[in-house]
Amino acid sequence: MEIMVGKFNYWIYIILIMVGFYGMMAKNNLMKKLIGMNIFQWSIILYYISIGAKKGGTVPIIMDTHSAAGQAIRAIDYINPLPHVLMLTAIVVGVATTGIALALLIIIYKKYGTLEEDEIIEALKK
Amino acid sequence: MISEHFPALIVVTPLILSFVVFAVGLFDRRYCFPLVIIALGACIHFAVSMMKKVIAQGSAIHYYLGAWAPPWGIEYVVDHLNALVLVSIAVISFLVAIYSNSNVKRELPEAKLPQFYTLFLLQVTGLFGITITGDAFNLYVLLEIASFSAYAIIAMGENGAQFAAFRYMIFGTIGACAYLLGVGYLYIITGSLNMADLSKLLPPLYHSKVLIAGFSFLLVGIGIKMALFPVHTWLPDSYTLAPSSVSALLAPLFTKVGAYVLIRVMFTIFDPSFSVTIFPVTEILGWVGATGIIFASILALAQTDLKRMLCYLIVVEIGFIVIGIASANRFGLTGAIFHIINDMFMMACLFTAAGAIFSQIGTRNIYQFRILHKTMPITMAVFIIGALSVIGVPPMCGFFSKWYLILGVIQAKKWVYLAVILIGSLLNAILFFRVLENAYFETRNNIENTLNNKGVTVTLDRIPKGELIPMMCFAVIIILLGIFSGKIINNIIQFAIPGALQG
Repeated sequence: MEIMVGKFNYWIYIILIMVGFYGMMAKNNLMKKLIGMNIFQWSIILYYISIGAKKGGTVPIIMDTHSAAGQAIRAIDYINPLPHVLMLTAIVVGVATTGIALALLIIIYKKYGTLEEDEIIEALKK
Repeated sequence: MISEHFPALIVVTPLILSFVVFAVGLFDRRYCFPLVIIALGACIHFAVSMMKKVIAQGSAIHYYLGAWAPPWGIEYVVDHLNALVLVSIAVISFLVAIYSNSNVKRELPEAKLPQFYTLFLLQVTGLFGITITGDAFNLYVLLEIASFSAYAIIAMGENGAQFAAFRYMIFGTIGACAYLLGVGYLYIITGSLNMADLSKLLPPLYHSKVLIAGFSFLLVGIGIKMALFPVHTWLPDSYTLAPSSVSALLAPLFTKVGAYVLIRVMFTIFDPSFSVTIFPVTEILGWVGATGIIFASILALAQTDLKRMLCYLIVVEIGFIVIGIASANRFGLTGAIFHIINDMFMMACLFTAAGAIFSQIGTRNIYQFRILHKTMPITMAVFIIGALSVIGVPPMCGFFSKWYLILGVIQAKKWVYLAVILIGSLLNAILFFRVLENAYFETRNNIENTLNNKGVTVTLDRIPKGELIPMMCFAVIIILLGIFSGKIINNIIQFAIPGALQG
């Protein structure tokens, strides 16, 4: 129980990543595959953001620089901003992936008139 | 001095030029190609002068982006290992760009040229970035830049290419996400993303389960990107259906850069002792590589499409490289690194020749190749040089890297791998003789026709010089790499082997 509740953020990301993986591998419709891919990527972003969080931590901005210069800054009071910054990049990557995938799906739909994988494979065999 | 900034410029130049090419292409498409040539020519200059500097000073070049010192800032590192890979990428992309000038006009509509060259340069940007970066997260971003441009540029191909690109994208995203997760695990446990910093922080933690999970994710991610055997299924479809000049660019470079990243992760971020003794992945990788060689060779034998056969050959060659990495000693790793370089040029040679054959006779079906040695002698000569190098005939370069691979597996006492390397080379020989038999000899009916016609006269290839010259350059480079293999290994590759594996 301890390992379930104490590390709930990891469990959430593992469940989400499995949902996404199932969607990508098992679904026949390419759009559903794409949605699965998005869940897959987003779960990793969630995981990264959760590792930066701290109980009782605050925004990592030092308000009063003049007085803070004298005393040591306690890093434990602040949320770790680095994973969040990394995820800004990863979100951009995710959006770009979705954009390219949607563009590909539009072309595929125009060509074959369907987004079902088995029907497209049938059409390609001809 | 501007030469200090070469590590940044080699990534920035193609990146900026890719947008310039697109903007210029909106007004006049004729200027796209010269701009690409200027960008890639400059990259060759940057890469070669960095390699000279690394050889001269005998240590790595460290470049801090924005002067932020690591581990806070992003660091670009050029050492003996990636200097050589950078030069190879620069030379191949330059020659393939020349090749693409006339080739792409036949296969794509004129209006697509600016987009094609934009994606071409973005692809090269990503590959340079992956190779040069010394930051684990930065590598992910550049890997995705390279992958995105690959998805888009493959989708420009013939019927079915879009579907293949979508499948590639699903696989590629799983790979990239697995890599990202692995980096996340390393970050949790060390709080650093810089490769050199990680390699200092990790050794006390080698028995941690988090680290083992992270390492496994990294390997899976890289394995998918480099088309390691069981997860190679995205490769044949997408590279076969892509336009000829695109597969000539992607096939040599992308998977081999993945293999380079594998060496970086296993032997730079982690100490070699980790993957050899603590968490013995070299054992697993070796078997994966060995099965890959045999299975992919058999699958290649079953193909009738020349380009698809060559695509399975990429998987075979990746198997050879992985066996070299898995033997984890000086000879094996020398062979693996040298094979990365050689395989880049061999694949560039074979894929450009295959593209030329396709554009002259209009088919890629091996059984429809007839008397090609008389209608396109230069292309077939180039193809044979590439083929002999893949089989491993001296003095082509493929022989020397296989020689080191064999020395490596003998030193590691892995006799099964030795057998696999030899059998794999024999299967390669069968593979190519099947093509050459069809290309050089005629069916019985044809012979009678030929006798009646008093022989077919030899004609020169009917493909433009702009395509012939890059192909011939690749063939010459293959022979030169073979002749100067000793120099390359003694001056460069020898210093790229991590200290723990020396001796």
